[in-house]
Parts: sequence; C-alpha cells; structure tokens
Amino acid sequence: MNKPYNNKAWFFILPVFLTVAFSAIVPLMTVVNYSVQDIISPEQSVFVGLEWFRAVMRDSELHSALLRQLIFSFCVLLVQIPLGIGLALSMPAQGWKSSAALVILAMPLLIPWNVVGTIWQIFGRADIGLGGYVLSRLGMDYNYASNSLDAWITVLVMDVWHWTPLVALLAFAGLRSIPDAYYQAAQIDGASRWAVFRFIQLPKMRGVLVIAVLLRFMDSFMIYTEPFVLTGGGPGNSTTFLSQYLTQKAVGQFDLGPAAAFSLIYFLIILLLSFVLYNWMQSAGNSGQTTGANHE
Amino acid sequence: MNKRKKGDKQSSWPRLLTLALYIVFTLIPLYWLLNTSLKTNEETLSVFTMWPNQPTLDNYKVIFTDASWYSGYINSIIYVAINTVLSLLVALPAAYGFSRYRFLGDKHMFFWLLTNRMTPPAVFLLPFFQLYSTVGLMDTHIAVALAHMLFNVPLAVWILEGFMSGVPREIDETAYIDGFSFPRFFMRIFLPLIKSGVGVTAFFCFMFSWVELLLARTLTSVNAKPISAIMTRTASAAGMDWGILAAAGVLTIIPGALVIWFVRNHIAKGFAMGRV
Amino acid sequence: MARIEFRNLGHAYGPNPASLQDYALQPMNMVWEDGGAYALLGPSGCGKSTLLNIISGLLVPSEGQVLFDGKDMTQMATRDRNIAQVFQFPVLYDTMSVFDNLAFPLRNRKVAEKEVRSRVHEIAEILELTRDLNQRASGLSADAKQKISLGRGLVRKDVAAILFDEPLTVIDPHMKWQLRQKLKQIHHQLKLTLIYVTHDQVEALTFADEVVVMTNGKVVQQGEPEALFVRPDHTFVGYFIGSPGMNFYPLQIDGDAVVIGQQRVDIDAEQLQALKHANGELKLGIRPEFVELTTAGAPGAVSAKVVQVQHLGTSQLLTAEFGGQIVKARLDASARLDGGRQWLRLAKPETIFFSNDERIGR
Repeated sequence: MNKPYNNKAWFFILPVFLTVAFSAIVPLMTVVNYSVQDIISPEQSVFVGLEWFRAVMRDSELHSALLRQLIFSFCVLLVQIPLGIGLALSMPAQGWKSSAALVILAMPLLIPWNVVGTIWQIFGRADIGLGGYVLSRLGMDYNYASNSLDAWITVLVMDVWHWTPLVALLAFAGLRSIPDAYYQAAQIDGASRWAVFRFIQLPKMRGVLVIAVLLRFMDSFMIYTEPFVLTGGGPGNSTTFLSQYLTQKAVGQFDLGPAAAFSLIYFLIILLLSFVLYNWMQSAGNSGQTTGANHE
Repeated sequence: MNKRKKGDKQSSWPRLLTLALYIVFTLIPLYWLLNTSLKTNEETLSVFTMWPNQPTLDNYKVIFTDASWYSGYINSIIYVAINTVLSLLVALPAAYGFSRYRFLGDKHMFFWLLTNRMTPPAVFLLPFFQLYSTVGLMDTHIAVALAHMLFNVPLAVWILEGFMSGVPREIDETAYIDGFSFPRFFMRIFLPLIKSGVGVTAFFCFMFSWVELLLARTLTSVNAKPISAIMTRTASAAGMDWGILAAAGVLTIIPGALVIWFVRNHIAKGFAMGRV
Repeated sequence: MARIEFRNLGHAYGPNPASLQDYALQPMNMVWEDGGAYALLGPSGCGKSTLLNIISGLLVPSEGQVLFDGKDMTQMATRDRNIAQVFQFPVLYDTMSVFDNLAFPLRNRKVAEKEVRSRVHEIAEILELTRDLNQRASGLSADAKQKISLGRGLVRKDVAAILFDEPLTVIDPHMKWQLRQKLKQIHHQLKLTLIYVTHDQVEALTFADEVVVMTNGKVVQQGEPEALFVRPDHTFVGYFIGSPGMNFYPLQIDGDAVVIGQQRVDIDAEQLQALKHANGELKLGIRPEFVELTTAGAPGAVSAKVVQVQHLGTSQLLTAEFGGQIVKARLDASARLDGGRQWLRLAKPETIFFSNDERIGR
C-alpha cells in the first residue's frame, strides 16, 4: 500500500503518545535522575555521576542473579519453542475438537500470575499436592522449599505449563495460514513428512516464531510474580531472578540510586539481547539451505 | 465425504497422543486446585485424598460473604474494564494513523511503543509509586488502569494496525467522495470492518491486565486492592488457609475461561495478527 | 505420458445424490489421448477444479473410474500417479535455490545425484532458467516462479500428465503471452499430455487442441476450438465463447416460417422440419460475426432499430433492437450504417437452432 506522507497524522497519534509518555517518559526520567544521585535524605541529594553504574556492575550478587536469569531464559526457550511447535502440529485444524483444544490450551494464559504460583505451590508439596505426593511415593526425595535443584525444576515446569500455550497458539495461527496448495504440491513431489515440516511449515511459520521467541525471551527475562509466589526466590537465593533482585533492592533495601542504575542497565540488557536475537533469527531464515547447488 | 486432504495430519496417533498428554498435563494442576478448594483445611492437612471425603462449599461461602475478599474481584474487574476501554480509545486512532500515513518520526514512534513492552515492570515500581502519589491517584482504579496501559497500548496499536492494513484504502476514499465526515466514516464504515480485530485486541488487553500483579499491588492499598494482592497477603500470613486460597484461585480462573470461550473462534486469527 | 479415460465419472459431496443438481460433477464419459493438450473451460463453480482434483488424486470421486493407459487409478494416492500440477499462484520451497526446487521431486524418489544434475539442467534450459539456478527461489518474479513450478513437474521422466489450475492468474498481462508460448513449445517438444483449467476463453482456445466446456457440473461440449465456435452443441457454449457471445432468440413456429421478436422470418426447409419435430423451448442462435447487413425484405432477415455503433478499428460492433430482442453484429469497418433502422440477416447457413438449449438439426 502506497501511503501518503502527511504530518497531520500526528493528531491520530497524540492520545497514545501522551498516555504512554505519561506512563513511561516521566517515570523513566525519575529513574535516570535517581541513577546519578546519592539520595541521603528526601531533601538532600548529591550528584555522583556514573558512580552507581560502576557499583552495580561490580556487584557480585547481581552477577549471580544475572547468570541465573540467563540460564532460566535459555531453558525456557529451549523447552517451550519446540514443545509449542509440536503442539501446534498436533492440533486438529478445524471443527469442534479444534475449538475445544484451543480453549483448554489457552486457559493457563488467563490465570492471574500469582494464582499460577499458588497452584504450583500447592501442587508441588508432598503433603497437600498431587505432584509432590506422587513423587515422594515413587521414592524421590523431592522438596522445592529446601532443595535448590528441585526448586529450579519446579519453577521451570511451572513456566512451561503457564506459557507454552502462547507459543502453541502463535504457531497454530501460522500453520493455518499456509494454503492447501503447498501440501498438495508436496504430495505430488513425493515429499516425506519431515520434508514437509522442514521446507514448507517451518519456513512459513517464521514470522510467528520470531514473535514467539522474542515474547518468551523478554517475558521470561522480566519474570517476577510466579517464582516469587512459588519459592519466594529460595531456597536462599537460588531462584532469585533479576526482577526480584531489583525489587528487593528498590523496595526492600530502599537503595534508590543503585536500584535506578540497575533498572537502566536491566532495560538495556533486554533491549540488546532482543535486538541480537531478532537479527540472528532473520539472518538464519534468509541464508536458506542451498545444498548441492553449484557455487557461482 | 471422500475428500482426502493433506491436512489430515491428525489421523496419526503419535500426534494425538502428544496432544492428549499435554491436555492432561494442563488440566491436572487445575483439577487439584479445585479439589483443594472443596476441602476443609483440616482434611487438606491431615489426609491425602484425590477427591474430598466431605466436600464443602465453605471456602467459597467465605469469599462471597466477606467483603475483604469479594471486593478484590470487583476492584480487579473495574480496573481491567477501564484499562480495556481506555486502551482501545487511544489505540484506535493511533493505529489508523500508522496504517494510513507516513509521517515524521513514524518508524521511531512505532519502535518506541514496542520498547515499552520490553521494559521490566519492576523498573517502574518506585517511579510509579512516586508519580501516582504526587498526582493524588494512589490507591485508585484509574491508577492501575493507566499503569497497565503502558504495555497494553503498544500491543493494541500493533494488533489493530495489522487488521486495519487489511482494509483497502479505496474504502476510505469512497466514503469521502460519498460525503462522509471522518467521524461518521470511522464509526459506521471502518469500525464494523475490523470488528474481529477490535474483539481480539480487547481480549489481549483484558488478558494482560487481569493477570498482572506487581504494578497492581504497588499502586493500591485499600480501596482498589485487586484480588491478586489479597491472595498474596493471605499467603504471607502464618497459618496458610489453603482452602480459601484455592477457592479464591478457582474464582479468578472463571472470568478468563468465559472470555476465551466467547472469543474461541477468533483466537487463531488474533494470534495471526502478530505480523505474520 | 498417458491416455486418460473417464468411465461414468461423477462426484457429489453429499452422501445420497437424488438429482443431477446434487452433483458437483455430473457422471460422464470421456477420453483424452496421450500427448494431447486439453483445456477445461467454464465459469467459477462449474466443476472444472473438481475434475482436476479427481485426476490428480487429491479428491476421490463418489462414483465412476479414472484410468491412465487402461489402468484403474481411482483409488490410487497422488504420489503414485505420476502427475504434476501447477497452481494458481506459484508454489515453491522458499528456502531452497531454484536448482534444489527442481531437484526436489527427483531426490525424494532417490534418483542418483548425477542424473538429478543432468535432468535439472536439461529442464532449466528448456524453461530458460539456467542463469537463475543458484538464486533463492523466493526472490524471483511471478512468471519465473511459475516456470519453476512447471519445471518440478517436467523433471520427472515418468510424468503421465501435467495439470494446470488457472496458472496465469498472478502473471502480468505482458508476460502471459510469453508463458503461453513457452507452454506450447514444451508441448511440441516433450509431447506430454497437458490439461489446462481456466475461465478465460482466450487462454483455452489458443492453448488447447481440444476444449472441454463445462457449466454447473456438466460437460456440455468437447471439441476443437473451431468446432466450438462454429457449431456449439449447447447454448452455454455459444454464450461463453466469443466476444461478444452468440445472439439467442426464442422463436415460435408459424406455418412455414418462424416468428422472432414479432417478425416473420423464412428459414431453411430442413431446419424447419427439425424444429417441428423437436419439443421443447426453441431458440435461434447466430454469432455476431455472422450477422450481415441486407436489403429490406430479404429472406431470413429482420428489421431492427439501431441502438449503438462502436467503432473498433478493423470492425464495427452494431447493437440493434427489434421486438424486445437485442441483436449484436460485428460488421466490417467500411460498412455504411445510417441511423434509424437496418435490415439484418439472421437465418443463414451458419445459424444454429436449439431445443431446450441443445443443438438440433445439422
């Protein structure tokens, strides 16, 4: 569509701009302001330049939280993307079965995040929860409150339970947009099921998959409520990810300066990694798989 | 029917099995929540049962009668509704602008909107606290609605722009030739054409606002406290009331389930609008 | 390459078809010779795509049989039928190069790489795609992509027939002519059976040796383009082919002549007999190309009032009216038409008569 150039279009954009500016720019300015000040008391503050940024970068607790966060997000993507695609491939395309599957699958997405935490909090306990009970009867010494590995696994399983449907729904939508003619041509060409997946379905799902990967990466990197309700960040700080670390610093310890500095760094990390991820996915899609062709 | 189509992938049993297993995986914890909500605390803590020995609706009774509980639901619904309406109101014209015109800074504006989705809500905790205190909006429904607009509006603009771009410009032009003023054109011609887009957007706004805890809790204390905050308060008390907690949880799932049921036919289309 | 035969072939989507209306494709018999170029012509919904899908195996007919070289293929799966299909829009494997796209059907059948290479080059040369072989298929123009789709069908040595489902739909007009030439060339060179589905009569008439005209699930005529033009078996063929289509007039018999639009018209005695024997709704049909200007009172002519004259360069299109009927005539550019009334001869050797829309007489 050839769009005309018209600056009057700003009138349309104005409400959004004002709302989001109020909600975003003003608070962000506050954050930037705090990040370069040492607030000794409400009346007294000293400009300290990049001091807080340096301190934050040196903070070893932060490094641990960052590492935990990176591992968590990596595991999340590793499990949820293939699983989501697999689910989308398994779902019937039309009919009442399709609607029923969609509705059941989408349910975890509409549960308030604290309730998700509560569900797994109950479910994982050996005394009152089915999951914990079954595991202990199978002879496993499972306790997410005291064992770090168990806590990690529980948090991961909870996240998979909670968010895989998002990937599945996006992939499902992508699959539905493929015209029948492609499948017909594949039949005529004698392609195997795997070839159909690799050469038709996966490439045509690229758009939705990029969105799915970016959304899951960003949201898992920002996760707060669910692990907080489930483990409180413990045992110790083994499941304390970046958002919780920030919240502790800002609200708990009231270290406004360092918290503000960290906030900015946090945001920049996400922005940077998202950008890298996006570009990597675009180029991975574009390079194609030209095998056996003569090189120019 | 004799039609043999390539889309008949569901006839293969490994796929059906995977789907069935996953559905079971999804439903079991929900079932367990329901189970726990129908037991008394004594039963929960003493014996382990797949179904309550003495099913009771007491937990639900408490929630429906105790104002400190049911007010939470009402508050949540209020700010979610306000958020959805406001988000749609500002996003519709903006999406139209992005869809129909190029203008100074349009790409930057669009990108900036998306970056708001990338900012951790935790970053806004303190600034929001101070901002809303300063303007005297602390502990109001409108405060939470506004705060949630931060990440709902970009998404709404994104989705609506996708739907709007699917409507040919010729329709706009024909309407002007026929003498429609812009507001009349928008309300009577354009909006009905993107009905399902508006529905999908409303669904997503509802979804993200209904489920969010951190900001909703931070900006409220008594008058506008959402159900999620009330539940987590319960969780930090010494003796956990699992029954009530579970019942409260079950009740939060119902609005979501209803919404999905109503939009079930548009779900796939809506997710597809994520710029396929 | 194969001889294709249909025996009592019909398809209804519902379980128990009670009348002919319930069929998407009414039962019919037909034979297509090996190496022929056939066009399936008809408007949307006429059943041509249904027939195409039955041939390719994507649809199993509810009754009847399809035979390739005498072998019953009706229940056989698509991949075993050795057919190729080109769709309305280019269907390619986007992530692969042109070479790999063309090689794909061969590699799936485990053909040796050396032969794959030679075969792909051979086909690429015929289709003039050689210099694009290493490019990503997704970056090419629409006509190149359709050539690749076609190429995937040609690479297989054992292909029985190539099916085209309105393949020029997304092609630019100036490229359409080139692609049609290419198809004709391939037909001559490789002598394959080609089946071309379209709603565009120009495409059908220029492409095919024989055209099958369909409407509402029924095959109304199969024949060479010339035959369809001059001797349509059905009023639909007369109407659909030609631009503008045939003129039709309901007629009543009046003694030894007929009445059309309240005017008496003398017609050939043999034709009159045939009309008298026929029972059903009677019509006279004549193509605008055959209507001629004549003098007042000439046999087989009517007097009509001129409504419009369009000058089209080498010819003129005259629209005239008589007794509530419209007549269109394509006349020589030099013909002098002075407004008012003209005498137009409608009953000629080229005139066709129909009873209940089917041709009667010679």
